[in-house]
Amino acid sequence: MADETKAPEQSAPSERPRNDGPRPGGDRPSGDRPRFGGGGGGRGPGGPPREGGRKFFRRKKVCKFCTEKIEDINYKDYRMLGQFVAESGKIVPRRLTGVCAPHQHRLSSAIKQARNIALLPFAGRAS
Amino acid sequence: MNRTYELMFIVRPDMTEEDLDKLLSMLQSIVPASGGSIVKVDKMGKRRLAYTVKRFHEGIYVLMVIEGGGAVIHEVERRLRVTEQVIKFLTVRTDEEQKRLDKIKALRDSRKKISAQPAAPAPVAAAAEAPAVPEAPATA
Repeated sequence: MADETKAPEQSAPSERPRNDGPRPGGDRPSGDRPRFGGGGGGRGPGGPPREGGRKFFRRKKVCKFCTEKIEDINYKDYRMLGQFVAESGKIVPRRLTGVCAPHQHRLSSAIKQARNIALLPFAGRAS
Repeated sequence: MNRTYELMFIVRPDMTEEDLDKLLSMLQSIVPASGGSIVKVDKMGKRRLAYTVKRFHEGIYVLMVIEGGGAVIHEVERRLRVTEQVIKFLTVRTDEEQKRLDKIKALRDSRKKISAQPAAPAPVAAAAEAPAVPEAPATA
């Protein structure tokens, strides 16, 4: 909640004096605000990099399927699917693997099919 | 109504080869009877299961590719459910996906041909330009 109220203030400094009034009173006015912010800007907290903050160098992740031109994401190929399954058996999110949205969609359905036929575990390591 | 399905099923690991062949021939007779055709039967062999299924830790995987309508699959799945040796099965429709893959493949092939044609004259043009570039600093 605190992060959500901070983010619009940074992006729109002109609103700051107006919003300082109701803020100590309670959380309710601040609770309403993200709704307006979401409709107008569509910019969530943590979207734009903060100025003056520490800069991390992050290697740009690219989609494995786009670069290697693999279009056929098949449930039978459990070794390949295993790269995108965490130790716990969970499907690794896109933000960690860098897979693009269309391929992640196919990937996740393939993993679920592979789970169904006991090629991949639902939970835990494949024993 | 001609669809392609991939049917993968697991049978108990203690099943003998003859029993498995008997089961497969039974399925191979059912499919044409209900109006389909078998494209491929592949015994993928014994594999450790990712989790226990009906108290089994391993199973023999079989993959069948069947062509036909939904009625064929309905009948085959019913038979598999009844058969006790089969511990798990999964049917996936593959024709739509295959169509998509063929389309992408065709698109890539056509692009390759276009890119292959300008690729041949390109080194010649680069060679022609190459001597021109060192000349410019020399005169200046």
